[in-house]
Amino acid sequence: MTFDWLLLAEVSLAGLGTGGLYALTALAFVIIYKATRVVNLAIGEILMLGAYAFFGFTATLALPWWAAALGALAVAGVFGAVTERLVIRPMLGESPIAVFMVTVGLGSILVGLVEILWTADPRRLPEFMPATPVFIGEAFLAPKIAYGFLVAAAVITVFMVLFRTWRGGVALRATAGDRAAAYSVGINVPGVFSLAWVIACVVAAGAGILVGAIGGISSTMGVFGLSVLVVVIVGGLDSVPGALVGGLLIGLIEALAGFYLGGEYKLLATFSLLVAVLMVRPYGLFGTREIERL
Amino acid sequence: MRIASAKESYAADEALFDSAVQRRWFAALLAALVLFPFAADQYWAFLACLAAINVIAATGLNILTGYTGLVSLGQAAFMGVGAYTVALLENRLGTPFFVNLPLAGLAAAAAGTVFGLPSLRVKGLYLAIATIAASFILHFVFANWDSVTNGVRGITVPPATLAGIALDTPFKLYWVIMPVAVLMLLGAANLFRTRVGRAFIAIRDRDISAEVLGIPLLRWKLTSFALASFYAGVAGGLWAYFFRVVTPESFPLILSIFFLAAIIVGGMGTILGGILGAVFMTLVPEVLKLLVGAVAPVWPDAVVLLSPVRTVVFGALIVGFLIFEPQGLAEMWRRTRRAFHLWPFRT
Amino acid sequence: MAADSPILEVDGLTLAFGGVLALNGVSFPVAPGSITSVIGPNGAGKTSLFNAISGFYRPRGGSVRVEGRAIDRLHPPERARLGLARTFQNIALFRGMTVLDNIKLGRHAHMRTGLLDALFYFGRARREEMELRREVEERIIDFLEIDHIRKAPVGSLSYGLQKRVELARALAMRPRVLMLDEPVAGMNREETEDMARFILDVREEWGVTVLMVEHDMGMVMDISDHVVVLNFGQVIAQGLPRDVQANPEVIAAYLGSGNVDDLRRRFAADARKVA
Repeated sequence: MTFDWLLLAEVSLAGLGTGGLYALTALAFVIIYKATRVVNLAIGEILMLGAYAFFGFTATLALPWWAAALGALAVAGVFGAVTERLVIRPMLGESPIAVFMVTVGLGSILVGLVEILWTADPRRLPEFMPATPVFIGEAFLAPKIAYGFLVAAAVITVFMVLFRTWRGGVALRATAGDRAAAYSVGINVPGVFSLAWVIACVVAAGAGILVGAIGGISSTMGVFGLSVLVVVIVGGLDSVPGALVGGLLIGLIEALAGFYLGGEYKLLATFSLLVAVLMVRPYGLFGTREIERL
Repeated sequence: MRIASAKESYAADEALFDSAVQRRWFAALLAALVLFPFAADQYWAFLACLAAINVIAATGLNILTGYTGLVSLGQAAFMGVGAYTVALLENRLGTPFFVNLPLAGLAAAAAGTVFGLPSLRVKGLYLAIATIAASFILHFVFANWDSVTNGVRGITVPPATLAGIALDTPFKLYWVIMPVAVLMLLGAANLFRTRVGRAFIAIRDRDISAEVLGIPLLRWKLTSFALASFYAGVAGGLWAYFFRVVTPESFPLILSIFFLAAIIVGGMGTILGGILGAVFMTLVPEVLKLLVGAVAPVWPDAVVLLSPVRTVVFGALIVGFLIFEPQGLAEMWRRTRRAFHLWPFRT
Repeated sequence: MAADSPILEVDGLTLAFGGVLALNGVSFPVAPGSITSVIGPNGAGKTSLFNAISGFYRPRGGSVRVEGRAIDRLHPPERARLGLARTFQNIALFRGMTVLDNIKLGRHAHMRTGLLDALFYFGRARREEMELRREVEERIIDFLEIDHIRKAPVGSLSYGLQKRVELARALAMRPRVLMLDEPVAGMNREETEDMARFILDVREEWGVTVLMVEHDMGMVMDISDHVVVLNFGQVIAQGLPRDVQANPEVIAAYLGSGNVDDLRRRFAADARKVA
């Protein structure tokens, strides 16, 4: 029996496809971390919020999918602004651990609210992506994953350009570099904080719609955030390239471990990788090393 | 109004309860704990046992996170190690519980030390996330090491026995769980009267300065991990005797978050905080259940909402305490006490 | 002459951060029982030198010897155990502890209480803690006149008192060489004089050698036996205070001028300014 290379290619492609969504969500995570130094453990739940908002607009209000998607993104953006103002800003200056736990609490609140509104049962999102099979060479790729990846790649590209050129993007990068200096050159730092949360929540919600379209939605889909957490730790909390490379890498490893070893090995493989990376490079592959002073 | 208590020796000043009033209150509390099961029904005895188990695990986490500043999201997994140790010892060797419980603690301490190793290289949130890895890796071991853990089916645990009596009700087990909890709390309190506790706090406040002042970080960080896991292991062992079946799903990540929430709500870095937080967080879902029971006759749908509302309240408590009372219930308690001491004056 | 062989000797110490040499072949002796001061303009490498002696930084070359024994391979806690006790420029007291506990912490390396002793607070733990408490009270707290604040949280204290508590903690470390990093920085004249008196008393009563980094020229010149001048990571002069003061290179480093009287005036003005 020879090794089935085509199968390996297909599994790898599917993994990279999912990896694109990891990268997109990780980007949302990194935006918040860079601007506000908050490790947002609720990112998975915000993703879930986006997916459920989309579900609500399409299934309950029967809006067309594009209107529902815009609505869901808007809901997430408002959520981001409100959360930043009411929950995150009062925590400015508290220990990073306290802020991190606040986001854990937020995640729990979101899960509870979604279950109150829509119960804990899994649901399917309406189909809105083309269903024609996609072939890359000979390898088959599920169309939803392929289109999901394309959308993620497009959004990431747009953001990369925006960061470099748009004023808000520059302000965001300046704030990430040095908060006090940003203040002193007249950048509206609280405004940047809000902006970062709004953008990140919108991006995460968008990822949520794609993830939900591929695998359906449920109140436990926030665990997607755990994989994203691995991605950003492996890539480096404050690194956009780290989020992208990490996303693809983790997607690939999960797919390979899941297919060749069995589903229960997915998390084992990624978390083992995480521990290994932390031991060798404590600040991730691309993260900035913090220098300690006595 | 109470002004001060005069002390005549350094020993008196270093005592755990440093005034006669405090000692009397402590005696009264112990008496109440002894009398409690006779006054309570099975339900309250059950809750008391559960709360005491949670207090032990939360206090362990408090030593690690509250006092040493190392955030862990692996406490539940280490509890699992203790629970499986007890289950295996009971089923395979049949050793008595007073042997099994310390062994459960030691097994968990060993696991905790291994998973504490990243703490030497990584700190803060990176460490917190590394401990999530511990949680998943141990869960994987519980679920897949079939020959030992019986896989996802789990292991049934026979009741603990003492002098031929099976401790198979909360009322009977109370006499094991509560004394163990009290002893472990006293141990934790003692710790912070010695160089060990001071080293922990110094590491939390500024580890690199602590190192230059003569504190080997490797040794004390791992000690803190081992000790926290020992507490978790004993708590897990008691849990196994209490629920009598141990499965991989008994110790999910959310339980680790529960313990972290408990010490936040109670107050990190105080022994009292671990106690208050764990008891409070154990009782909240029960209170919600009572409320739902009360409104069920007029609003039957409330029953369906119990679980999600519990999730929301859990999250809201974490967020609320962190924003409005970051020092937790222990600080509220201190304020109340101070108000009494200063009465009739106000600060 | 065996009696004068240095208790601490820094020999050719070189420390680099990336491509920048923070210390470049720094050598000087610290005679037992002396007060040795390291001075130099900001960024000269004084604190880096302290951190390298403490073992917090790993030097690229050179050696540090305590009583003739090289300690380069020792970790910071082992160096502390040897009696290299220090204070920090930016006060490193532990805010979660009282003054008393902060001071007691200094003794850590000389205690043996293990985890089990501690949990039961029995036998060794109790004995050691009681001994420590007595010694801290009778030798350190009385000596430094801080008995009124022993139960206070350190965060509530004035800057001058915090510096004094740091000195107390260093004394609890059983110092053989007491390393003080800017002990009077930011203090007013009165506090500075108090601290100078404490430093002299520590040497008299405890027989401790003092190595300090300080900007206050008045104090350095008043109480030092030996002064080492650092500039750009190199020793440009060392010797008796009056010789160093007269050294043209030192004057150039500090002032860019060759006038000794001018230097004296500036030194004095410096001291005022800090006060």
